[in-house]
Amino acid sequence: MPDTQVLVNDFLNKLKKRKIEGSQATARQTAELLRSVISQQRVPYTNQAGALIDAVKAVGEQLIAANPVELAVGNIVRRVLHIIREEDLSLTTAAIGGLNLSAVSDDENDDDRDGDSTLSAAAVAAAARSTLRPPSLQTLLEDTPVSAAVPQTSSSGGDSEGKSKSADKSSRSRKLKHDVIEAVNELIQDIVTCHEQIAEQAVEHIHQNEVILTLGSSRTVLEFLFAAKEKKRSFRVFVAEGAPRYQGHLLAKELVARGLQTTLITDSAVFAMISRVNMVIVGAHAVMANGGVIAPVGMNLVALAAQKHAVPFVVLAGSHKLCPLYPHNPEVLLNELRSPSELLDFGEFSDCMDFGSGSGSPLLHVVNPAFDYVPPKLVSLFITDTGGHNPSYMYRLIADYYSADDLVVQRRATAGN
Amino acid sequence: MGAQKKRAAAAAAAARVSEDPDDLARQPLQAILLADSFTTKFRPITLERPKVLLPLVNVPMINYTLAWLEAAGVAEVFVFCCAHSKQVIDYLENSEWFSQPNFTVKTIESHNIISAGDALRLIYEQNVIHGDFVLISGDTVSNMSLTQALQEHKERKKKDNNAVMTMIIKKSKPSPITRQSRLGTDELFMAIDPNTKQLLYYEDKADHSKGTICLDKMLLAENPSISLHNDKQDCYIDICSPEVLSLFTDNFDYQHLRRHFVKGLLLDDIMGYKIFTHEIHSSYAARIDNYRSYDIVSKDIIQRWTYPYVPDVKFCGNRATKLERRGMYRALEIEQSRSAQVGSFTVIGYGTKIGSNSKISDSVIGEGCTIGSNVLIEGSYIWDNVIIEDGCELRHVIVCDGVIMKAGAVLKPGVVLSFKVVIGERFVVPAYSKVSLLQQPTVHDSDEELEYADNSSGTVEFSSIQGTADQSNGEMTSESSEAHKPKLGTGGVGYIWSICEGGQEEEWRHSVAPIPEDKLTELSEAMDDDQELVTQDRTALSTSGELISDSNASEGDDNEDSKDDSVYFEKEVEATFLRAVEENVKVDHVILEVNSLRLSYNMTSADCAGAVFYSMMKLAIKTPHSSAIGLLTLYPSPFSMVASNAYPIYLSGELQQNTANIITTWQKLLKSYLLEIDEEIEIILKFEEMCLESAKEFSPLFARILHILYDKDILQEDAILRWADEKEGADESDKVFVRQSEKFIQWLREASEEED
Repeated sequence: MPDTQVLVNDFLNKLKKRKIEGSQATARQTAELLRSVISQQRVPYTNQAGALIDAVKAVGEQLIAANPVELAVGNIVRRVLHIIREEDLSLTTAAIGGLNLSAVSDDENDDDRDGDSTLSAAAVAAAARSTLRPPSLQTLLEDTPVSAAVPQTSSSGGDSEGKSKSADKSSRSRKLKHDVIEAVNELIQDIVTCHEQIAEQAVEHIHQNEVILTLGSSRTVLEFLFAAKEKKRSFRVFVAEGAPRYQGHLLAKELVARGLQTTLITDSAVFAMISRVNMVIVGAHAVMANGGVIAPVGMNLVALAAQKHAVPFVVLAGSHKLCPLYPHNPEVLLNELRSPSELLDFGEFSDCMDFGSGSGSPLLHVVNPAFDYVPPKLVSLFITDTGGHNPSYMYRLIADYYSADDLVVQRRATAGN
Repeated sequence: MGAQKKRAAAAAAAARVSEDPDDLARQPLQAILLADSFTTKFRPITLERPKVLLPLVNVPMINYTLAWLEAAGVAEVFVFCCAHSKQVIDYLENSEWFSQPNFTVKTIESHNIISAGDALRLIYEQNVIHGDFVLISGDTVSNMSLTQALQEHKERKKKDNNAVMTMIIKKSKPSPITRQSRLGTDELFMAIDPNTKQLLYYEDKADHSKGTICLDKMLLAENPSISLHNDKQDCYIDICSPEVLSLFTDNFDYQHLRRHFVKGLLLDDIMGYKIFTHEIHSSYAARIDNYRSYDIVSKDIIQRWTYPYVPDVKFCGNRATKLERRGMYRALEIEQSRSAQVGSFTVIGYGTKIGSNSKISDSVIGEGCTIGSNVLIEGSYIWDNVIIEDGCELRHVIVCDGVIMKAGAVLKPGVVLSFKVVIGERFVVPAYSKVSLLQQPTVHDSDEELEYADNSSGTVEFSSIQGTADQSNGEMTSESSEAHKPKLGTGGVGYIWSICEGGQEEEWRHSVAPIPEDKLTELSEAMDDDQELVTQDRTALSTSGELISDSNASEGDDNEDSKDDSVYFEKEVEATFLRAVEENVKVDHVILEVNSLRLSYNMTSADCAGAVFYSMMKLAIKTPHSSAIGLLTLYPSPFSMVASNAYPIYLSGELQQNTANIITTWQKLLKSYLLEIDEEIEIILKFEEMCLESAKEFSPLFARILHILYDKDILQEDAILRWADEKEGADESDKVFVRQSEKFIQWLREASEEED
């Protein structure tokens, strides 16, 4: 445990001091940290899942509190919790369900092997888990009895039944930790490859001679545009510079380096240019459960402009950015106010920042929010690593990835303190 | 243990350095943090608690510094503790700083150190610094990135071994009001080489009354260009090479970092050590030097200039705080009455209770405070566990831990209440007073010089007071409450310190209260005076103007009655011309220079021609004079009689010759301004004027020189004739020269008639 404690502290520090930039890096590191937490965790003979969940929750609480603005941390904690529950469930159902269920899962295992032939043999067990899960939701309407059976067992099997049956399945229970780690590995893999998975869909969305507008810089968007370019699509990109951090400049540079016809515009010129644009493609900081987007500041303006001119507003987001919380939840910190020095030079304005004269409070206040909230009605389409989705479909997608029991990790954390 | 490992790693890194210079960057960066400011500006608070542990927006100051050092990539910090060292060490041991990975904090303790210089000498003896280090005081708040400054420092060091220090500076507005109101410090003048960024001059105590500063003329002579800045702010963050420590050891009289060390290095040109500057632009850095800067930096933090070191980011184990609209930071579990009004830019700490109808704005309230109803708090800093009863009024004050204010007490602006003071009911504490449980120490070090010399005795005494106060706190309170009941109202406990040092004058400068209206106007008037001075006296420096060491810049500007630009212009032209003669400048270049002068003074080319001619004639006069004198000294006395007798004759011949020579050499210059006849007439008139006034030596030669000018094609016959015609109707006195050159004119007329 001491080793993990060091790791946790290190990561906590980084989070607190805002040293990790970008949700992908944060998500990956969170997942890796939780993996090591799980692997170091000694599991008791009974109620293994409960012990793992408690351990992950304990660490997760701290991580979420360390940087409440970076929602990806909470997302990954919840994903891992969900994985543990699912693994436990699949083992229990496999034990209880016997032949009829295993037959179903065997079929699906075969399907899965055909699809993912690249997966190593070790990952097959994990793949089995993932096949167990999606059908339960995708085939919800067609195959109600199976899905109805699963939640029932989950509620009881997780804790009480798991204990009673644990003696019988001692061999299986040792497998739990292994399976969970495999699944977390797969999650990390997903996070790492999310850009490519999203980029694969680029050709379906970007067509010949189109004009694409984007704001600021997002790696996902960059890869998406490159992918379309590599498929010999010729199109033009308008990049809004994304004040005050001007990351659009960097994006423009990279696009030009790859031979894309790029136009750099100011944020305030977006409305003027939007009538020439065929599609707006942007990245996001987080996607909330209602389909709303938390994105770099200025995005709402772009979304409104796009709506006014009926230009599709497409948001690219890796699945680690899907947040199961709602934006009206007071627990969710939607924004972060950054330093005013990004807007103006302190030296130039030091006389406006004069507190020593007059009433003691300056007349100039500088506010520099990092994020905007784009309501779901302004978003035309989400493209995640699993495909394109409507904003109204987000809650279903989120239900796929998270279990309802974990949504309140944070509240328990504050109560626990 | 981790430290030992680190040191081993450092040694290993050092070994590698010798092979690969690029590895230098990977050597772990060290820092020296002085947890003592060696001043007394924060008394009486610092008698009981070291300055670095005073809460700045509810977080002890040292945490800001340490958090920044850690973020800036410093691997090892030596915290030098002196006054109240035990408190500092205890605090650090209980904090999370000792358990950080990749960041070691070590304390060095000493009790008999009285200055920063001594501290650095001690650290040098301990031999713990192996490479470049950051020298910082524990009251500095910054969020700058060190990478660039460090790299510049290393590169300079590689090229020039004498570049021992890089000083971080920051731009601020050059107005003395801003400087005073922002950080409570005096104006700072720095001379910096704009190309190399070398610091050449540093003066933080310039004489304001005179409005002048003195620069060593060697500075101007040695450097092709220097910029003099009064719009820079010293951040008190230095990147030093290890030599700095040994320099302190060699010069045992260095006490103060800036006053002695920096100035000493700048003056001492034997060793040739150099200090460079690095200017930061968007990032923040400031040092808390006095109560005013405490106020300002607190407000900067609340306004998030120091991001990510702001209350709602948990950068050092501070409590979770949420940022709400209008810059309100609220920790958890605050009890606030519905009718209480908490205004903008306010921080409220964990577990504080606020009663009904209280108004709080622009203030910081610590943890566990109890604020009654109908309390007014404005622009104040209230630390932890303070009890403020109903109806109190606090404006721009600092209230330390454990203070109790009985109902109806009023604190006027600028008051500082030290720990556990009790203010009696309805008592009004006068403005700028400082109240403490401890009596005012008898040793005053009001004088800046004394502050360093006498501090030894001061510190010892304070620590002893501190000891007794800690042991017999209860006893003392009861004692003092009886002795000083009338002073702080009924039930009041504590002593009001008498204001000694410079009286009100000093107090308003460094207090948390805003500068009073009348002082502000005084300051701005002083500033206006300065500006008038600048406009009157052209040699005065404009703000951060660039000085170019040029010979003609200094000349001719000291004329008090600047009645006419043409006088200046003539002098400038003359200076330019003389320099051209001395330095053998090409004629084309002189023409260029004169042209630029003409444009800047808005003169016609006739003026130019006149001025150029004037300077040529002047030169002609000067040359024979010098040769005549040379002649006189060369020859022994009998001859000198002869020589002096012959002087006028000799002179006139010589002068004519000289004039002819000069005109031949510089005719091109002159001709370039003689575009039309008018300019030529101007020359003749000028010459006439000279002969009458400034250069009477020429008067006998007028006609001859006129002839020379004609021969050299400088003057055309038309011009001379027209001049003669013009003079026809003038007074007799004016006709002297016309008559003198009558023959010549007549000859000219005949010649022209013949041509016709």
